[in-house]
Amino acid sequence: MANTFELIASSTVGAGGASSIDFTSIPSTYTDLAIYLSARQSRSEVVSNTRIEFNGSSANLSCRYLQGTGSAAVSSSSASYLFAASPANTATANTFGNSYIYIPNYAGSTNKSVSWDAVTETNATGAEAYLVAGLWSNTAAITSIKLSSLSSDNFMQYSTAYLYGVKNA
Amino acid sequence: MAAGSTYEPIATTTLGSTAASYTFSSIPSTYTDLILVVRAALNAAGDIYVQFNGDTATNYSITTLYGTGSAAGSTRFSSQTQALIAYYGNLTSTLGNTNQIVQIQNYANTTTNKTFISRGNNAGSGLDANVGLWRSTAAINSIKLNNSSTTFSVGSTFTLYGIAAA
Repeated sequence: MANTFELIASSTVGAGGASSIDFTSIPSTYTDLAIYLSARQSRSEVVSNTRIEFNGSSANLSCRYLQGTGSAAVSSSSASYLFAASPANTATANTFGNSYIYIPNYAGSTNKSVSWDAVTETNATGAEAYLVAGLWSNTAAITSIKLSSLSSDNFMQYSTAYLYGVKNA
Repeated sequence: MAAGSTYEPIATTTLGSTAASYTFSSIPSTYTDLILVVRAALNAAGDIYVQFNGDTATNYSITTLYGTGSAAGSTRFSSQTQALIAYYGNLTSTLGNTNQIVQIQNYANTTTNKTFISRGNNAGSGLDANVGLWRSTAAINSIKLNNSSTTFSVGSTFTLYGIAAA
């Protein structure tokens, strides 16, 4: 059987932080993409949001999400952004949030739907769980991915992101 | 996860013509878990279901946690003849606008009933996380995908992966 889950690229944020994590020149030779993100942002809050953009475009992104806050479950949507939560700088020290982002048929000629699960558990109030249904209404093949702070803050040192390609044959 | 050989494609299909259903058959028992990735459309928006081993009896149940974009909730469907894999995160008539991902744990054992977790994603109507149960101790050797509409659209893609523990 084929080896179907292959690392394409990875990124680790160094000292001083980074305003974005970028994957470029993504080959079209896979079927789906998977991203594992471990992140913390510099914003002076407990939680911040990480957004994703494709091919250098911030247009035609939308999402609906289910958010668990530790005390309630709520759902909302965005007609402009595709995002999920990450811990920020006043969260429990040394705590990073996890995200799993799956993008089927990223190189195809239809719109691109996205599945995104994220958690920011910190053993404190303000921690959140996010389930996100996202859409990039664009038929272009995805060749680059940008992860950044929705509030224009930085990813903090030791944040990591791994991009995998998934082959169906 | 480092690159390895434990995540393997078992079968995939892209429909060249419309189809009322699609079945993965002769699923080998050599893996530990299964992952099903659906990227499909229907002739009209609707639901998508799974049936295992051709069982059409009322042996399926599902509990869903969902978000619509304005409300969050949970509900259960008991004693069903097939199992929803998405509730608000269901299919549309536009290919590429939704996805559904199903993880079926310990599918080949012959001792316990079979459970699965699924995620349905539809940015236009909502999303869900679901846990499903098939009350059968048989090893799963086929998976049939049904829908509540008439047909899956041309270009719909269904892919089944196996995860081997060792």
